[in-house]
Amino acid sequence: MAAIQVNHVEKSYKDLKALKGVSLSIEEGEFFGLLGPNGAGKTTLISIIAGLNRADAGNVTVHGHDTVTDYRQARKLLGVVPQELVFDPFFTVRETLRMQSGYYGLKNNDAWIDEVMHHLDLTGKADANMRALSGGMKRRVLVAQALVHKPPVIVLDEPTAGVDVELRQTLWKFISQLNRDGHTVVLTTHYLEEAQALCNRVAMLKAGQVVALDATAALIRRISGSQLVVQLASGKLPESLMPLVSHPEELMAGRKYTLRINDHSEVEPVLAALRQSGAVVEDMQLQQADLEDVFIQIMEGEK
Amino acid sequence: MTGFQTLFYKEMLRFWKVATQTVAAPILTAVLYLLIFGHVLEDHVQVYPGVKYTAFLVPGLVMMSVLQNAFANSSSSLIQSKITGNLVFVLLTPLSHWELFSAYVLAAVARGLIVGSGVFLVTAWFADMSFVAPWWIVIFAVLGAAMLGTMGVIAGIWAEKFDQLAAFQNFLIMPATFLSGVFYSVHSLPAFWQNVSHLNPFFYMIDGFRYGFFGQSDVDPLISCAVVACFLTLLVAFGVALLRSGYKLRH
Repeated sequence: MAAIQVNHVEKSYKDLKALKGVSLSIEEGEFFGLLGPNGAGKTTLISIIAGLNRADAGNVTVHGHDTVTDYRQARKLLGVVPQELVFDPFFTVRETLRMQSGYYGLKNNDAWIDEVMHHLDLTGKADANMRALSGGMKRRVLVAQALVHKPPVIVLDEPTAGVDVELRQTLWKFISQLNRDGHTVVLTTHYLEEAQALCNRVAMLKAGQVVALDATAALIRRISGSQLVVQLASGKLPESLMPLVSHPEELMAGRKYTLRINDHSEVEPVLAALRQSGAVVEDMQLQQADLEDVFIQIMEGEK
Repeated sequence: MTGFQTLFYKEMLRFWKVATQTVAAPILTAVLYLLIFGHVLEDHVQVYPGVKYTAFLVPGLVMMSVLQNAFANSSSSLIQSKITGNLVFVLLTPLSHWELFSAYVLAAVARGLIVGSGVFLVTAWFADMSFVAPWWIVIFAVLGAAMLGTMGVIAGIWAEKFDQLAAFQNFLIMPATFLSGVFYSVHSLPAFWQNVSHLNPFFYMIDGFRYGFFGQSDVDPLISCAVVACFLTLLVAFGVALLRSGYKLRH
């Protein structure tokens, strides 16, 4: 059974169609990435999965439980880290986590609360009031709140936005551990290198539609081959090579160009074209394409 | 603890942590009303035979405090949580609509009764009070607090900004309370305004509540109780339906 099954979900806000019939299935134990530019509909989709928003059409199930008709069971199985940095100023960190456990009907949850706080480096702040915490610390508490009931499905909506390196590492270490222990993880992020390193499968949303859905490795293989980065000491990129440039802004800056090639046999023709145009290559690197290149290509609507 | 108990406990803690503002302040306000109106009107007004004006005023002030504080508790908790965004912590949980609703309303009832008891304990010093039918006192206090707690939930769901909530409070709750006979008996009004008063559900709460003290009222307490119970049932049904539909909270 799918951990999360999204069936033909549509959602509009007045004239804006935020989701135009999104369908996808996230299997148990996956580390799934939901990517897309701002306004693509990621947060709307997550809100619908979490029951914070209602779809106009279609439905979502969590481990087979409908998020509207069987919401209690669905919500027990979900732990959601919201994107907004919200907190209750009346309580300390420990009170907040005890309260959150209580909402799920859990009493005597202190052993797990202590473990979660330990993994998120929150132990030293257990008795601090939420108001007194820095933004990064508040973010950790948000993550801890989503985990108090050991949910089999964890949803993180941009958990590392504006967060320092230390917290990112702490967070991913802990979340990866939970994933290895069998928890399904769904992640939205703008840091594509994070998604590439963590997610076994990725869906890309653009203007409310799924435009790509595949294993991360397959997506990188399928869409783009390699990249040849050339830096010119003099001369210009010949026009015949311009369609290969993967970052359009490089054409304006000049000198350094990232060229898409399908395989290594295409390196020599590129160099020949450069020589012919009189350009002098100062430096050159051959790189494997990454998720960011795939993302840019898909979002630009190419290939 | 169940989810309901936790939310109820949290709602209690929320007002108790700032009791100076949520409990002591309304008690002081009620005492000031009693001292000023009692001083001015004690020798000039007698509403019921054998009942001094200050004694007449005490139940009205107690009930007014119960109602206003019950409303303030659920409405301000909801609007604050909505505006700061932390309502999400409750909305993400498996709490049922009924659990959510009753936790907010019961905490509102508790605050209403705590403030009401405080007002009574302080103001009763200034008047000779009798307790002819104590059960009616309890029944009307609880029903009234539940009704206003429910109205607070509805207003809290509906309002998107503090000024909308303030408008609800200033243009609906306040006039309905003040015009319900807190400071006077509706029998002293011209016939037209007596009839208008009978359309105000707040009138029945205060009238029935006062009956518990003096055994005298404008309307039979059984009728008042039925009217209040009907209004409460309608409001509860409406409030739970709002939660079930996700109106504003889940859109």
